[in-house]
Formats: sequence, structure tokens, C-alpha cells
Amino acid sequence: MITEFIQFSLTPILIGILAGISCAVPGNFLILKRQALIGDAISHVVLPGIVVAFIFTGVISTIPMLLGAAGAALVAVMLIEIIKRLGKIEPGAAMGVVFTGMFALGVLILEQTDTSKVHLDVEHALMGNLESLIWLKAQGWQSLFDLDVLKTLPDELFRIIFVCGFILFLTVIFWRWLKIVTFDEEYARTIGIHSSIINFSLVIITAIAAVAAFESVGSIIVIAMFICPPAAARLMTNKLGIQVIWSIVFAILAAIFGYIIAGYGPLWFGSENSVSAAGMIAVVSGIILLLTCMYGPCRESVGQKKD
Amino acid sequence: MNTFVQAMLFQAGYNVALVTVGAILLGIASGSAGTFLFLRKRALVSDAIAHATLPGVGVAFIIMIWLGGDGRSLLGLLFGSAITALIGLFLIEWIPRRTRLPEDAAIGSVLGVFFGAGIVLLTVIQTMSSGRQAGLESFLLGSTAGMLFQDAVVIAIGGFLSILGIWIARRPLTIVAFDKDYAISMGYDIRKIDLLMMGLVLGVTVIGMKLVGLILIVAMLIIPAVTARFWSNHTDEVVVIAGFLGGLSGYIGAVLSASAPSLPTGPIIVLIAIVLFALSLFLAPNSGVFSTFIKHRKTKSYIHRRQGLLTIAKGKDVVSSFTRKLLASEGLSGSDGLTDKGRKLVTKILIDENRWIAAKEIYPDKDMNIDYGIKPIEETLTKEELIKLDQYIKSHKFKSITYDY
Repeated sequence: MITEFIQFSLTPILIGILAGISCAVPGNFLILKRQALIGDAISHVVLPGIVVAFIFTGVISTIPMLLGAAGAALVAVMLIEIIKRLGKIEPGAAMGVVFTGMFALGVLILEQTDTSKVHLDVEHALMGNLESLIWLKAQGWQSLFDLDVLKTLPDELFRIIFVCGFILFLTVIFWRWLKIVTFDEEYARTIGIHSSIINFSLVIITAIAAVAAFESVGSIIVIAMFICPPAAARLMTNKLGIQVIWSIVFAILAAIFGYIIAGYGPLWFGSENSVSAAGMIAVVSGIILLLTCMYGPCRESVGQKKD
Repeated sequence: MNTFVQAMLFQAGYNVALVTVGAILLGIASGSAGTFLFLRKRALVSDAIAHATLPGVGVAFIIMIWLGGDGRSLLGLLFGSAITALIGLFLIEWIPRRTRLPEDAAIGSVLGVFFGAGIVLLTVIQTMSSGRQAGLESFLLGSTAGMLFQDAVVIAIGGFLSILGIWIARRPLTIVAFDKDYAISMGYDIRKIDLLMMGLVLGVTVIGMKLVGLILIVAMLIIPAVTARFWSNHTDEVVVIAGFLGGLSGYIGAVLSASAPSLPTGPIIVLIAIVLFALSLFLAPNSGVFSTFIKHRKTKSYIHRRQGLLTIAKGKDVVSSFTRKLLASEGLSGSDGLTDKGRKLVTKILIDENRWIAAKEIYPDKDMNIDYGIKPIEETLTKEELIKLDQYIKSHKFKSITYDY
């Protein structure tokens, strides 16, 4: 039982948790800056980036795919900015034009390219393949201390550990700046912080998180995790630091319960097949958000009417 | 290519023709409904509505199978999708009203969570009745290949009804989109009208799902509206133009997709709309990038020419090299000062300059500094005002500037 759990469930849960944290932490700042939908836009444009990278290299390998996706995210952010300025169009609509257009282009190129030999299709991009990231060599808890067996862990795990660590590191290092820019850009400028640099870095970090999480868990989790855990956390506290910690807690809870319900839930109802773990993690994060909307201690804004 | 021409002329079979008509009607409906959404600055609400349709499709399929039906009845699936989309819409409205979360957070969370739930249901269905491949994935990206006759009829009728609905509701929708406060003073209930608008958007979304797919239907609501905005500043015109552009994208997209059945319909229609958008962004006569650029150049030259000539007339040196080059290239000044052509122009400019100075004196209430030196004064004042101005200049109260040049 334990061996089976470690072989089949431990890595996906860990990857789900780390991907969730990687998205939820930058999500806190996006929500406070009213840019929550940037995460949504970026997770859509990741697809064309990956497709173009595949066409250039002809193989599905991580580094070109990550570069392609990050490039596409950059292109998207620049296009949104250009369309906003040139056409004097409101940000939401500019975003809508860019990400749907790029996504449509990605789908079309994908359909035109021969990808029969590789595992690359739209559904995979949406749902990810969390369930297939297994650790067959594991024999039990002792395998966690066996270097040779640890080496056989899926590469996705190492990459997401790296990205998650990188994002947490940056958040801690630039904490003060992030906080000031998020709450008061004017003040930030007067004390000499270049808020545009911080804002741009935040977008890049968002793109990195989206791409890294996307690779293993698909874009559904990415969209949900950028918004649901930080939004729920926002209703729990008035302090930014505590909010970020709450968002991490919620992301972890969503990943664990989502995976377990998806994997074992159907068994309790007598069905033999599991359901999409990525989808279920998103659903659990939504349930958490709903609960905080109803019972969160800081759910109301100051002076809001109670009805 | 042959099929392409045939499809264009509605000759490639009854089904293709019907799908094409459906795509045109849907394009018109989404383009015009999307305009109201865009003008109310709520474009991305439609993205969440669209994603929230997916669980409804799954639930409807499961219920229909459970009741012993086929499960693939398009009407039933669309009905189910409308129910969950309504729940999503309610949550988007409820979250910012009840909590301190802003609307964009509500949009994003509804979008992600409902879509996740939809995917969960799709995996349930995939394992449920292995023999009956439901093909519900086609709702993600849209597909006209192998569409049943009655499905095409549903889409065509639905598109027609949406257009009818928009036409009936066009007055209140336009007024609210154009000026909310004015609409309130006219006695309109903004919340109800917004709800009506959302209802229409929801209808378009649900009908468009089979054709364009739920991930991309939002593009059909946003892109034609944004494109139309480049061609007109009048709300009613924007609605009509957006409807036309949407219909055109739908038509070309459906025809292309009929001649190349392996291509998903949704992305093609969206890319046609994007091409129309890009063309308008650059080429639109008043607010396009090129015309803005040319206008900017013209204004810049006007200012430099005017200031440069006045400086020379005063007997001073022109410092800016841009101005010197401009004057030389237009033959207004040479190495030994002003040319004849230049002198003639200075005479004209001095009249303008004196008029501006006089205008500042007799119209102190108007902010004359906005266009001073940037436009000829004839473009700022009315004819009557100009006559009054010239009378003032001729009187003894005003001292005109004169230079010796």
C-alpha cells in the first residue's frame, strides 16, 4: 500500500503542490494589482510558444519548449501593451484580442504539423499529464534516502522544485520593493524604486511559473492556481505576508485533496477509473475560495454593505 | 480549391451551406453583442461565461444517458451549458458584491474552476460508456466536420434569434453602453440592462460553442468590436460594423473550413477576425497607426515651419537643424535668408499670429493656448468669431506685431 502510494501518487502530489505554490505566490501580487487575468492570458499563449519551439527543433524537449513558451509570453505582453497604446483600447479587451489570436494560431499550426510521433496535442496542453509522472523504482519510504533510486524520479519534479525555489527566493529578496510597488506606485517612485521594472519582472515571473507548471500539470491548474489560492487568502487576512503564507497553504491543500479525490474518489463510488487530477485540483481550489467567500474573516471590504 | 469556390457560393452540399449561414449569423450576433460588452468594459466576463459552459455540457450528457437517451442531442447539451454558464455569471456578479475581491479575480477564478470541473466530467464520460464516444471534445475548439443536419439548423436558428434579440434591445443597450449616468437619468435600470446584455452574450456563447469552440468564442465577442472601434466613434455605427466584421469572419472561416475539413473551424474563424483587426489597426483612416503617424508628421512640420519662419522674420538664427532642413527642402529659405516664397508665407503666418494674440485678449474665457501655433486659427474659431476678431485687430485697441523681413 505504502509502496504503491510512493510509486504512483507521491510524485504527482509533490509536483501538484510545487506547481500550485509557484503560481499562487506571484498570483498574490497580480490580484492586488488588478492584473489577475494576466495569468489567464499567459497560460493561453504558452501553447503557440511550445508549438513553434517544436517546429524549430523537431523534438519535444524541455529547454526549447520552455524558451518558446517564455518567448510567446513576452510577445503576448508586448502585443497587449502595443495594442493598448496604439488603439487606445482598454486592457481587458486588448488582452482578449491577443491571447485568443495567439491561441488560435497555435492550434492551427499544431493541426498542420505532423505531431503523430510525439505527445503533443491541445488536450494534453489543457489537462497536463500529472497522473503519468510516476516513480516506479521506489520500494518504500527508504527509497527517499537512496540516491540511485532518487535519480529515477521524473525530471519534471526537479524542474518544478527549481522553479518554485527560484520564485520563493525572488519573492523573499525583493519583498519590500514588491510590497511598496503593489500598494503605492506613486510612493515607490518618490523613494526611487522603478516600479515599471518590478512590474515587468512580475510578468516574467508569472510567465516562468505558468510555463513550468504547464509542462507537468496543464493550463487548467495554472489558471486556477494563479487566482483561487491568493484570492481566498486575501479574504483571510489584512497583512500581505500572512496572505502569501495562506495562499501557499491553500495551494498545498488543493493539490493534495484534489489529487486524492481524483485518484481515489471514483473508487469509493464503485468506479474503477480515476478522473482528471488537474481538473479536480482546480475544483478543490474553487471550493476553498467559495468557503472563504462565505466565512473568511476579512471577506468584506471596509464599509461594504451587508446584504 | 474547387470545394472552396463551391462552399463560397453555398453549393458544397446542404449541410455546408447551412453551417456557413449559421457561421455568418453567429458572427453578426457575436460581433454586435460583443460591442456592448466591450463598451461597458466587461469584455473578459464573456471568457469566464464561455469556460463555464463546459461542466454543463458534461452534466447534460450524463443526465441524458442516465435517462436512457443518446446523450448527444445538441439542444440538450446547449441547455445544460447555459445552466452552468448562468451559475458562473451569477458568481462573477456575487463575488465582488459580497466580498472585497475585484471583478477580475472573480472572472479568473470562475473560469479556471468551472473549466477544471468540466475537464473532470469529460474524463468521467470517457470512461463511462466506452462504446459511445461522445465527441464532446469538439466543444473545446469547435468542429463542423460531420455535423448533423439538425445541429446546423439549431445553430442557424439560434444565431437568427440572437440577432433578433439584439435588434429589439438595441436602444437601452446603446444608451447604457454610451453613457451610464445619462441612462440612469432616463430612468433605465442599469442592472437589468446589464443582465439583458449578459443574457444575449450567454446565448451567443452557447450557440457558438459547437462552431467556434468554447475556448475561442470569446474572440468572436471581443475582436470584431475592437476592430469596429477603429472605423467609427458612434455607438450605433460601431455595433453595425462589428456585426458586419463578425459575419464576414464567420463566412470566410466556415468556407475555408469546409474546403479543408481537417482544420478546426474555431481557430480559422478567429484568425480571419484577427487579420481584419490587424488591417484596421494599421490602415483605418482616422485612428489607424499609419494615419496617426502621418497626422503627427504633418503637425510637427507645421509647428517647425511656422516657428522657423517667424524666427527668421524677427532677424534671429534658427537653432534647430530639423527646422533648417525643413525650410530649405521646402524652398522657404536659402543661404541668404528668406526666399520670395518664404516671405509670402511669413505674411500669412503673421496674420495668423496676430489673430491668435488678439483672440487671447478678447476671448479670455476660452483656453486659446491649446491650439496656439499648432493649428491655423480658422480651425479653432467659427466664422462669426473670426469676423469679430478681425474687427478688433483693425481697431486702435490692438497693437499688431510687424517684422521687417
